[in-house]
Amino acid sequence: MTDPTSLTLAEARDRLKSRAMSSREITKAHLEAIERAKALNAFVAVTADKALAMAEASDVRLARREGGPLEGLPIGVKDLYATRGVHTQACSHILDGFKPTYESTVTAHLWRDGAVMLGKLNMDEFAMGSSNETSYYGPVASPWLPPNWSRDQARAALMDGKRGLLSPGGSSGGSSAAVAARLCLAATASDTGGSIRQPAAFTGIVGIKPTYGRCSRWGMVAFASSLDQAGPLARTVRDAAIMLRSMAGPDPKDSTCSPDPVPDYETAVGRSVKGLTIGVPREYRLEGMNAEIEALWAEGAEWLREAGANVVEVSLPNTRHALPAYYIVAPAEASSNLARYDGVRYGLRQPGADIVELYEKTRASGFGAEVRRRLMIGTYVLSAGYYDAYYVRAQKIRTLIKRDFERVFADGVDAILTPATPSAAFGIGEKSSADPVEMYLNDVFTVTVNMAGLPGIVAPAGLSSEGLPLGLQLIGRPFDEETLFSLAEAIEQSAGRAKLPEAWW
Amino acid sequence: MSVDLSAVRRIAHLARIEVTEAETPHLQGEINAILKFVEALDAVDVDGVEPMTSVIPMRLPMREDVVTDGGIAPLVLANAPMTEDGFFVVPKVIE
Repeated sequence: MTDPTSLTLAEARDRLKSRAMSSREITKAHLEAIERAKALNAFVAVTADKALAMAEASDVRLARREGGPLEGLPIGVKDLYATRGVHTQACSHILDGFKPTYESTVTAHLWRDGAVMLGKLNMDEFAMGSSNETSYYGPVASPWLPPNWSRDQARAALMDGKRGLLSPGGSSGGSSAAVAARLCLAATASDTGGSIRQPAAFTGIVGIKPTYGRCSRWGMVAFASSLDQAGPLARTVRDAAIMLRSMAGPDPKDSTCSPDPVPDYETAVGRSVKGLTIGVPREYRLEGMNAEIEALWAEGAEWLREAGANVVEVSLPNTRHALPAYYIVAPAEASSNLARYDGVRYGLRQPGADIVELYEKTRASGFGAEVRRRLMIGTYVLSAGYYDAYYVRAQKIRTLIKRDFERVFADGVDAILTPATPSAAFGIGEKSSADPVEMYLNDVFTVTVNMAGLPGIVAPAGLSSEGLPLGLQLIGRPFDEETLFSLAEAIEQSAGRAKLPEAWW
Repeated sequence: MSVDLSAVRRIAHLARIEVTEAETPHLQGEINAILKFVEALDAVDVDGVEPMTSVIPMRLPMREDVVTDGGIAPLVLANAPMTEDGFFVVPKVIE
């Protein structure tokens, strides 16, 4: 009998539809897998009773030949989405005990379409991080074994603070680990500077950050409002397309959410890419670039050429300014957004002699080191006398970055091919040096996309010489996610789907 | 640009985050590392460039000016660490 956790989302859907399997059966198999994988620390809350109740309701609808596009399919939810009555803390201590009295629009769309919630997934605190190590709930171990490690060695490390094990990336590290370890069929994630795409690359799965405004941000814990976007992580391009179709869509509660109807993205999967023009930006060829990444990138271009696309070199001259400008814009918006954590309305509260002391003590003990650092940077660049020099200047540079892309697209380029990350996954604790900028460099290929509001997809494209997954990124025109799904599937076909690691945990 | 210790204390107060004397030098180092990283932007020519205000060109949608929400005080207070008679409780702010 087939193990339900080995199915793709699309395969599970088809088995439910043909009644070859029940949602209860698939959901139970995933809950058992989650239980066995506890030591990976991917889930921060498991909603087993709720999952089984939702599965049973789905089975009733499926028996009547009713139900939505995701009917009965168990998925995981990043801890950043408000889920009514369920643990929602963006993995921060400051939201201690917070259980929202409302549901985020994205998760409401998923439940509307029949999906089953397995629980909430670990992440970097307030999505600020690239390794899942800033989580109040501790790091997540990637299901990928470190090079030349035995299963016993890895199991021992799991019991010993996860030292030496690989990071699943971040901030959506719980989501990527859970999907790659087959603990859920797919998961929600979010991306402010690369938090969907970098974890996808590190764990050999697919992740898409859609165009800014494609998914509603209502009910997502805000980090940087002009950059944040919801998106899925899944094991295949088709599964990501199925998930995004349900997650996206208009919402009167988010004024930046697009009113345009959502296409059926799945129909774009398998569509020919013949005749499409793919740009390869010369500025992404960084000095001292990892040779394996460079070779993979060239191979990806060759695959698309073989599939009938035209590959041309393009120039995005302002690329190198994107990361520094991001580290002004994102902390600035975060310092404003996170002002709401005051110890008065929800979450943690530390007593103080007066209201200011209450704020200061609550925020000092509730926020972790990385969040405190970014809030202070953000406060500084917005403070009197520095606002023009930092924030306004960064927003002008953002205009330049966007213009680069607009010019390339106006010249007839349909999508842009780049590496996803500067390297394969690194180890937990490996980048905890005194210089925070070292970790920030992980986002060098992904952050431009957020700065320009464009859609970007990452698909697994091969393995490093050490056997770790590597991904490629495709960047599209605004609201042209369909072309990205077609191209990413062409890469998936040529590269072959990443063979995910067998359970050792 | 770089910040000195008194600037770190001032920023922390503006951000309403308590910092101890012991952690101030460490924070100063980290903040200055980030400020050094973003220094490269000073060289970019941004003359005549409009700062970005909306990443996707779209008109702010308008809706009818009617009440769509309300009457849910218990839900608003449900997660508060301290409440009394339907109010949030804070230390005395008016002498």
